[in-house]
Amino acid sequence: MNSRSRLNLVVMQVLVISLLLAMLGRLFYLQVADGLVYQNAALSIQSRDIVNPAVRGAIVDDTGLPMAMDRPGMVISVDRSVIDKMKDKGVGVLQKVATLLVKNYSDVYTSTRLCGELPLGSRTGCWNGTLYQPIPLTKVATSAQALKILENADQYPGVNATPVPIRSYPALAGENAAHLLGYVGSVTSADIASGNNQYYQNETIGQTGLEYQYNKYLEGIPGIKTVIVDRTSNITSVSKNSDPTPGDNLVTNINARLQAATEKALAASVLNARAQGNAADSGAAIVMDVHTGRVLALASYPTYDPNMWQKGLTVAQAQALFSASDGVPALSRATDGEYAPASAFKALSVVAASSAGYNLNANYDCPYSLKIGNQEFHNDDTSVQGHFSLQHAIAVSCDTIWYQIGYDQWVKDGGLFPHNNPNDFFFKNAKAFGVGVPTGIDLPSEASGRLPDRAWKLAYYKSNKNFYCNFTKLARKSDLTPYLIAIAKQDCVDGYVLRAGDAVNFAIGQGDTLMTPIQMTDIYAAIANGGTLYRPQVARAILQPDGKVVQEYSPVVNGKIPASSSDLTFLHAALREVDTDGTAAPVFATFPIAVSGKTGTGQVQGRNANGTAKDPTSWFASYAPSNEPEYAVVMMVSQGGYGASIAAVGVKDIYSAIYGVTGNTVDPKVAIFPTGAPPSGLPKVDPKNAAPVTPVVAP
Amino acid sequence: MVMITPRVRKRRITENVAGFDRWLTFSVVALLLIGTILVWAATRTWFASQGLDPQYYLKRHIINIVIGIGLGYATTLIDYRLLRAYTPILWGLGVLGLIAVAIPGIGSVVNGARAWITFPGGFQIQPGEVAKISIILGISMLLSEHGDIDSGPSDRDVLKALAISAVPMGLIMLQPDLGTAIIIGVSMIAIIAVSGAKSRWVAGLLLFAVIGVIGAAKVGIMSEYQVKRLSSFINPSADPQQSGYQLRQSRITIGSGGVLGRGLFEGPQTNGRFVPEQQTDFIFTVAGEETGFVGSGLIIALFGLFFWRAFLIAQRTNDLFGRLVCVGVIGWFAFQTFENIGMAMGLMPMTGVPLPFISYGGSSMFATLVGFGLLQNVHLRSR
Repeated sequence: MNSRSRLNLVVMQVLVISLLLAMLGRLFYLQVADGLVYQNAALSIQSRDIVNPAVRGAIVDDTGLPMAMDRPGMVISVDRSVIDKMKDKGVGVLQKVATLLVKNYSDVYTSTRLCGELPLGSRTGCWNGTLYQPIPLTKVATSAQALKILENADQYPGVNATPVPIRSYPALAGENAAHLLGYVGSVTSADIASGNNQYYQNETIGQTGLEYQYNKYLEGIPGIKTVIVDRTSNITSVSKNSDPTPGDNLVTNINARLQAATEKALAASVLNARAQGNAADSGAAIVMDVHTGRVLALASYPTYDPNMWQKGLTVAQAQALFSASDGVPALSRATDGEYAPASAFKALSVVAASSAGYNLNANYDCPYSLKIGNQEFHNDDTSVQGHFSLQHAIAVSCDTIWYQIGYDQWVKDGGLFPHNNPNDFFFKNAKAFGVGVPTGIDLPSEASGRLPDRAWKLAYYKSNKNFYCNFTKLARKSDLTPYLIAIAKQDCVDGYVLRAGDAVNFAIGQGDTLMTPIQMTDIYAAIANGGTLYRPQVARAILQPDGKVVQEYSPVVNGKIPASSSDLTFLHAALREVDTDGTAAPVFATFPIAVSGKTGTGQVQGRNANGTAKDPTSWFASYAPSNEPEYAVVMMVSQGGYGASIAAVGVKDIYSAIYGVTGNTVDPKVAIFPTGAPPSGLPKVDPKNAAPVTPVVAP
Repeated sequence: MVMITPRVRKRRITENVAGFDRWLTFSVVALLLIGTILVWAATRTWFASQGLDPQYYLKRHIINIVIGIGLGYATTLIDYRLLRAYTPILWGLGVLGLIAVAIPGIGSVVNGARAWITFPGGFQIQPGEVAKISIILGISMLLSEHGDIDSGPSDRDVLKALAISAVPMGLIMLQPDLGTAIIIGVSMIAIIAVSGAKSRWVAGLLLFAVIGVIGAAKVGIMSEYQVKRLSSFINPSADPQQSGYQLRQSRITIGSGGVLGRGLFEGPQTNGRFVPEQQTDFIFTVAGEETGFVGSGLIIALFGLFFWRAFLIAQRTNDLFGRLVCVGVIGWFAFQTFENIGMAMGLMPMTGVPLPFISYGGSSMFATLVGFGLLQNVHLRSR
């Protein structure tokens, strides 16, 4: 052997040994070091979970009438993993199925795309699940459509028809209740990824409203059959099999007939406001049991059909839900809408004035207008002026008295150079009433409103300082008026200072003050019941399908309003006078039920899309009967106009339904609550045998 | 030129076998036994579930082994030095087979390569396997003609060796059967290196091999199927359901075996046939899943034993031709083993070569046992 030959033979041996060692090393890494990872991966390849959905619990009203329930449906779904492999990427099949289901091809296309597959801006209606789950096109297919697909499987590859329980909102009392109930949808990839719950693909979960809030009770436990499959997906064995457990039923405090009547009254008020020349873009109305905080009805306008998800949402429908020109129907104004409370806020100001030492039984000056600084503040109505009692001032809604008091208190607190610990009677009082804090109602995404006190001012200034100080550069051209530039210049220097105008506006619930209708209802209920702020509650109880009580929700106290008994006595008298001799007298003077309440007409800054100035917010906040209050009823119509002429009328319609009032007569037989009060016990729940009930006859 | 006069003597079987290298024989017998069990494990459950004979592959595999042992034993009977005389005939047969296989009526396509001749009755022969042996013998002969002198073979001899390999190699590349071509290439480089040829030949050929593989992929000599397999090695998630799928499944199957394995015949991945070709190219996954690190490590250890003994034979012989034949066989088996097991574990790209002594498949079994016979032949004649 020559030396090269010998050397090369040694090199070859070394090479072979290293190859063998490399294989052993890799084998060790795969089987010993990472063995568990691969064991799990193998298991996930071999096993498939077949989900047998549980029947979702019903949502019923206080009498047991179902407002949401499952019923048998037929889902038509598309399997992207199959159609994507076709030569035309499934276009032909989707066109065929669109024709069969009488849908637009573009809607079907969009609804079978992942959101990320579509360009930004045209993602509405996209599929937010995964590509590995069948994508439902409709859940309410007819049996003829389903049969066509099943019998011609070769013509509809990747399309499937399967019976599923579908969510139905049967509107048995004519109610809509979309914002209350919410809706359900397929579990999203985000839900699965969140890991809070172990969700299976294809599962249906609550997306908003009560469906979302009480999902964990309603959803039940799906039956899971885990099967072991081979490469061709043939089932070789079953490793686990569990039956579905139906979800629990949710009993609410809502009365479906009252809900329907409330929605009707709200819609009528919006139309009424429009007839009177107001923009009236939206509104809310709420009925609450003043003794418990139970929500008996909660309506928001505009609304939508909660059943449309099950039919397969079209792109147009999905866009309309959030379209400004349609009034953003998805938004629940009752809990998520924030508005200046205006004169309805004066009930709070009364308590603030009392705590500041003002005599509620004295007479005050109510000039038509009042000059504070270089700004002129005046009453809405020239007829409202004179020297009279504070009670009358509330009834006729005199603003200038409150401007004066608000101004005086502001000066006492140091004005532009506030003392270290200013009294801030008005702010502290409003805070104690719960302004600026969510009520904690059992519905998702409640807004907090806004308490524009000194702390808020400072925080707001900090986040907007840059804009004020660079106003000429950052503002819209149309806003570059000498007046606004001057204000911005001033704000840049000391925008955090609480000005006289801020204090004065706050006293009548204007300026930067914002409240939600549910906050207003809660406060008027507290005034009515002697001062207790309850947490508003929609849910009454959770019942198992056999009727066993899982959980009962008893009233929860959020706090006490800071009103003394003499303050309350004053308020009860003043709020009653509003309806006998004040702003709401034209609506309620002859009404057979004694109603106490306060009108509000909130001025709104800004302009509508068509350039017109925004119309004021129409409020009426009330309770009845005045002597022994049972119900608090609040209506708000955004851009509705005067509180007295719009919201008060709507509230009267709601009381008419509650008490069975026609004209000036009361017929207890057609009243909503036969016993005169909401039921105290729990109803029987039997969704299968539910039948429509007679809606309330329009007054 | 130095000619060594061969010892021509008739031997009885027992006497002949007694002269074998025992450890080499032991490793091969053990691998054959393990392979038989694995082929059975790979096919039994699936065939039974399809209503077919669960022992179908087992029976055919045993027949292949018996024929293979016969061929291998026959190889040990004639002094390997006499084989030189038959080398041109063997070479001619290999080339003829490779030409025949290129004719569409005769050659059949398996996994994208027209590499098989199917005989009536379903038996298939891969002429590429015959070509392997003929090239090893052929170039060993050419490169050992200068004898065992320090200068090593002349450039002329190396060129001649390359020339006689070029024809069958070209035909194999045309099929295209990249796996076989690479194995022959590795084997050739090993022979040339140990023959004592100038280092620049070895370096140049290595460079040429690397460029050749890359170039073949670029120019399109490799079928789309092979490019896909190679590229899915670099990016396994590129085509999750196709070739990348096979690599992923294969890795998962081996990994899920853990230390002790899922038990023979009990591997769910194997029984569900998630890995394709698991009685041939991916047989190592069956070992990995069902016998775990212990069993599959044993297979690698047995190959280690085999190569140790094979190298000893190559070193001990005084005859350059015999040594080169041994080196060629070692290069062939070593690379084929590494390629097969490495591919199953994701270390190597997918080219589809059987695991020597273990995988199901007649031609490969015959060729490897003939290779084993050549090693024993050299051993017998070097004492």
